This record gives sequence, C-alpha cells and structure tokens, in this order.
Amino acid sequence: MVHQFKFAGYNIVLDSISGSVHVVDDVAYDVISMFEKCDDSEIKRALLSRYELDERDIDECIEDVKALKAEGKLFKEDSFKPDESFFEKRRGVIKALCLHVAHTCNLNCEYCFAAQGKYHGERALMSFEVGKRALDFLVESSGSRRNLEVDFFGGEPLMNFDVVKKLVAYARSIEKDAGKRFRFILTTNGMLIDDDVIDFANREMDNVVLSLDGRREVHDRFRKTLGGVGSYDLVVPKFQRLVKARSACEGKTYYIRGTYTHKNTDFLEDIKQMLALGFDELSLEPVVCDPKSEYALTKEDLPILFEQYERLALLMKERREQGKPFTFYHYMIDLSHGPCIYKRVLGCGSGTEYLAVTPTGELYPCHQFVGNKDFVVGDIWQGVTNHELVSRFARCNVYSKPECENCWAKLYCAGGCAANAFNATGDINGVYEYGCELFKKRIECAIFLKVAETLESETK
Amino acid sequence: MKRIVTLNTRDLEKSKLNGGCGECQTSCSGVANQKC
Repeated sequence: MVHQFKFAGYNIVLDSISGSVHVVDDVAYDVISMFEKCDDSEIKRALLSRYELDERDIDECIEDVKALKAEGKLFKEDSFKPDESFFEKRRGVIKALCLHVAHTCNLNCEYCFAAQGKYHGERALMSFEVGKRALDFLVESSGSRRNLEVDFFGGEPLMNFDVVKKLVAYARSIEKDAGKRFRFILTTNGMLIDDDVIDFANREMDNVVLSLDGRREVHDRFRKTLGGVGSYDLVVPKFQRLVKARSACEGKTYYIRGTYTHKNTDFLEDIKQMLALGFDELSLEPVVCDPKSEYALTKEDLPILFEQYERLALLMKERREQGKPFTFYHYMIDLSHGPCIYKRVLGCGSGTEYLAVTPTGELYPCHQFVGNKDFVVGDIWQGVTNHELVSRFARCNVYSKPECENCWAKLYCAGGCAANAFNATGDINGVYEYGCELFKKRIECAIFLKVAETLESETK
Repeated sequence: MKRIVTLNTRDLEKSKLNGGCGECQTSCSGVANQKC
C-alpha cells in the first residue's frame, strides 16, 4: 500500500507497510502512481506525452521502482497481521498506571471529559495507603519490564499534593531493590503551582503536562474557576516560572497541552500565543465531545483544520531555519528509531499494559473509561478479575478493525484511541472517523517536516 | 540528480525479531511519535 502526496514543493511517497519514505521528482511520482495499474508500455506512453524525455529515462525510472519493490521498500505486502506471538509479548504485564489522586478540581472547564474532575461520581481524594498499594501492584505485575510509568492525574492532582510527594518518595525507596526505574508525569491546570511544587516537579517529574488553550479569550471561554472567572491570568505566570526553572534541569520535559474546539478553528493563532509566552514544547488537541454540543467540531471545519495543520508545519520549518525551533508533539515523528511493529499494531496498551486507578483503588482500562462501571477490570488488591474485558482490549488492534484494512496510516495510529472509538460508535473496535481524518493530516505534515529536515541537512 | 531519494527508516520486518521489549513510554489524545 502506497500513499503519495505533494506539499510545499516536495513529492512524498510513503510505503505504508514497510514504513519507507521516498522523496521523488515528478516523473517518478507519476511512475509510482501508475505502477500497479498499468504495464510498462502504458506508463511509457503516458509519460512521453507529459514530459520531454526519451524512452531510456523512463525505462531507468521504472527499473528503479522495480528495484525498490524487490527490496521491500515499495508496494510491500502486508505481513504483520498479528498471530498469538504478538499478544504473548504483552500478556499479563503491566508497565504503566494512571493514578487518579484527585477526583475533584478547582476549575470548572465546560469541555472536560472527566465531568469537572469527578468522573460522574463523588468527590474523592486518593489516600497514601491506596496509592502505595497501587505502586506495589505495579511492581508485582511488571514482569521483566524495567521502565515503569506513573501519571499523577485527576481532576486536579495538586489538590492532593502531599500524597503525591509521599508516593514519589515511596517509589524511590523501593525502585532500586525492585530493579525498576519509575518515570513520573504530572498533569495540572496550574492553579496550585507555587515554589514548592516547582521545586518538586522539576526534581521528580520526568514530564509535566500544563493545560493552556492559547489566547486569553480562547482559554477563558472554557477554563473558568468555580466562581466563573477565566483562569488565564492566574495560571500563565505560574507556568512561565515552572518552565523557566525547568530549562536548567537536564532530561526533564514539559508540554503545554491545549484543546481546540469549533470556537477556535484558527488554532494556529493559539500556537503563536504559546510561543509568544515563551513556551516551545507544545500540544494542541481537538476536543472530543457530544457532537450536538455547540463547541463540537463539524465536518465543515475539516478543510480549515487541515490548512491550519499545514501552516503549522510550515511555521515549524521556518522557525527551525531561523534557529528558533519549537516542538509540536504530533509532529515529533522518528523514522529511524521509531516504534517497532508490535507497538505499531497493538497501540497504546490501554486495558493491558496500562491501567487507571481510581481514588478507591478500582482499575479501569484507561483514564478515559473511569466512571463507566461496565469497564471496571479489577482492583489493586485482587488485581485484574475481569479477564474477559482485558482480553477484549488485548485483541483490540489495527487489524481487528475492518475499516482500517486499507488505510495507509494504520501502522502510524495503531487503530486509534479505544475510548474515542467507544464514545463514537459504542464499540472499542469501532473507528472514530473524524479523528482519523485529523490524524492522517498530522502524519503527512510530520513526514513532510522530517523529509525537509533530512534533505536540508544533506545539502549543507 | 536522482529521481528517487529514500530516507533512512526503521526496518519494520526486522523489528518482528528485535522489537516488543516494552520499555518504551506509553503512548496516548500517538504511537508514531514514540522513540524505541
């Protein structure tokens, strides 16, 4: 399966199954587009009518394409449909937990999937005892995995900061004897950031995710305090202090993570605002909500969003050339050291190697299923007890979705997000088609940036 | 001037044999953005 596209002066050919990326001239672009549908003489005839070439030129190009096909770098047959050995790699191993340390929040964001942090349940804070047991459960369940991940999530996790600090101290006290390395991530709305939080986060958190939607009026439209006041002016200075202090900490990442909606389809302006505030590790995500909501993205928005993503890619290229680079997480693709085929087929690991833990110790397939009692898979004392549900998640992959069979991007998205699929179709093996459209555009932009970077470095 | 320039990409077929160690970070709202 081959995907071809032209952007910003580049003709790009992606071989979906091998992952090979080729940059070609117009002649080769046309040869490749006709290669599987026409014989050599038809290709030659078509190209001679289009270009001023002699037959030998076209013959050479056709031979080059045949050679790439023989090498498995073009038109590669799909040999990755998973057998039992694929699932064996992950069976029974848990390597990441999302700790819901606070089912409560000090903001009242209208678009919040977690229903203002309470997940359609009661306000609750995780106790140290529950968190400690969750960490022990993770170590016990992690098999030979060395790198373990723990996300402090909510609600607003800093509303339970003392427990967060105690849990990190406990994890550090056991990791050496257990032969593990904990990586911690904190997702926060920023309201409670102070010097103590900054010092702690920049020492212990491998990554911090800071919620900011961009321009003041965009951010304040949805991200309001419980008193109904916009939070932009409250959180931006705190984020700036944290990020400035973090820049001196080696290996510590952050990202500004925003949400865009139907109300700001010109989201590139929000990216520019983040840059103007001094942030350079950015992520801006499409809202996922009830399609009937007034801020839900619409089909008519898609061409506008595509153009925004393209202009964002061009801005990244321009700033990189000016020595002022920034990162946009969906564009940080790694072609040479990227994920193996197991990761590309099986995806994020929700429900198998990644679980979410509620303040009371229940286990869910991921943070987005929390609160839906049909998706409880067990608890941190007894472990996984709903094996049928876990098995369904284990076998939910890009090859279990008929809609994905002929999609060129299937080994880049691994079939997409199970929660989005469930919310859109009622089935984790469904497909959230709107998300697919945005994803494919982002992958094209990411590959374009990689192509431009590679070719520019070769000509220098 | 070459008509086709092929970028250096990971051999996915080979990764059937040397992949699947599970030490990479969990991906999430993507897989392609992961470092092995």
